[in-house]
Amino acid sequence: MDRPLRLISSNPVDTLARTIEALLVVASQPLGLDELVEATADDAERVETALGLLRERYSEGRSGIVLQHVAGGYAFAAAREAADACARLFERPVERGLSQAALETVAIVAYLGPVSRPEIARIRGVAADSAVASLVERGLIAEAGRESGPGGAVRYRVTSLFERIFGLESLAALPRLDDIGEDQAAIRDRLLEVAEARAS
Amino acid sequence: MAAAVRDLELDLDSFEGPFDLLLTLLLKDALQPAEIDMAEIVVAFVERLAERDELDLDACGEFLVLIAALLELKARRLFPEEEAELSELEPEEAAEELARRLAEYRRMKLASTWLRERLEEEGGRYFRLGPAPLAPAAERRLAPQEPLRLVEAMQALAVEPPHVSLAHMALRFPPVAQFVERFRAVLRRRRRFDFDAEVQGLSRVEQAVAFLALLELRKEGEIDLSQAAPFAPIRISRADPDETAGSEDSRSADGRMLQWTARSA
Repeated sequence: MDRPLRLISSNPVDTLARTIEALLVVASQPLGLDELVEATADDAERVETALGLLRERYSEGRSGIVLQHVAGGYAFAAAREAADACARLFERPVERGLSQAALETVAIVAYLGPVSRPEIARIRGVAADSAVASLVERGLIAEAGRESGPGGAVRYRVTSLFERIFGLESLAALPRLDDIGEDQAAIRDRLLEVAEARAS
Repeated sequence: MAAAVRDLELDLDSFEGPFDLLLTLLLKDALQPAEIDMAEIVVAFVERLAERDELDLDACGEFLVLIAALLELKARRLFPEEEAELSELEPEEAAEELARRLAEYRRMKLASTWLRERLEEEGGRYFRLGPAPLAPAAERRLAPQEPLRLVEAMQALAVEPPHVSLAHMALRFPPVAQFVERFRAVLRRRRRFDFDAEVQGLSRVEQAVAFLALLELRKEGEIDLSQAAPFAPIRISRADPDETAGSEDSRSADGRMLQWTARSA
């Protein structure tokens, strides 16, 4: 009975991994490497090694809990195989009923933020008031100061909850804008073709 | 401009400050009318009106004119100018500008499609959401105590509180007539006397009543008052009999004066 369980060993990195495991269980938001280093009073390299161990241990198919590198930190989440069971018990209120307008708005804020409501309206061509209000209420975007000058408009940025909901390690994980969408020249050519067809 | 309109404080998404500053910025083209939510301004004005008891019709009229002008400005700037701007361009330039705008929007639209797909992928991922747990509050442990010391502390608290004097709540005012008679008696013996010397040793209230008696005697013309300088001693002397002769009325008022007290003042 005194023999330790398989996961529990006397290896120092394993001990450190167990401490990090405990910290992540208690945390309700992702913990950054710096925070883990400070809390464990250990060095960053060893903490990263321990995180590697945990990532292997808590991966899809091996455990009901998976370790995610998300929103600039590390966090535990439920494994995908438990999604149905989770859905029977828990809500996902943040992303429920997220409209196309809200998605376009949050995309603009994510790529161009901090950005003001008038700028969002200029890009989308329609008022962004209700979409912005809905995103603020859901906690996906937050105020980030005002534009310079007297009476400057409120500017918005995405929150770490946005990164978490969309499973992004950071905003750098968003695809490059140049890689998506038609390029400007292609659209211009198409417009000219339409104009010529009308003229003829 | 009426103060109610000029000083109307606005807190809009695109502007924060007084209404007159907003107008100035709009007229100087420092702010685009399209960025201003006019409905919010109207709501702010109506709320301000509701806060006031009376309806300022001048301010309402002025506000209506200004907001109507702003709405017209906004409407004109929103549509025809853009068309004019584009119409001034060569077809190729116009196509370029439109293409730039469309490309910008399409990128964002496709980015939103990517986000939607990402959301669907992550839809099966559940995690804990909530405020970060609070750091545990440091527990203050008391040192072991002697029960007898607790008893002593309780006894000290259970002592009858000291009696609070309410004497000052009911000041007693001696009647003015008492001092009137006293001063008359003094003046019968002496031609003049100093007020300070006469009231020395009396309480502040008694001194005040004595002073009122002096004023009464002066009013009746029985005495003359003199004071060399502010805060100098007040000298009281008998009035010249020629001046006071025939003042029957004052004598008839004497009875009433005797009933007079400082409290009735």
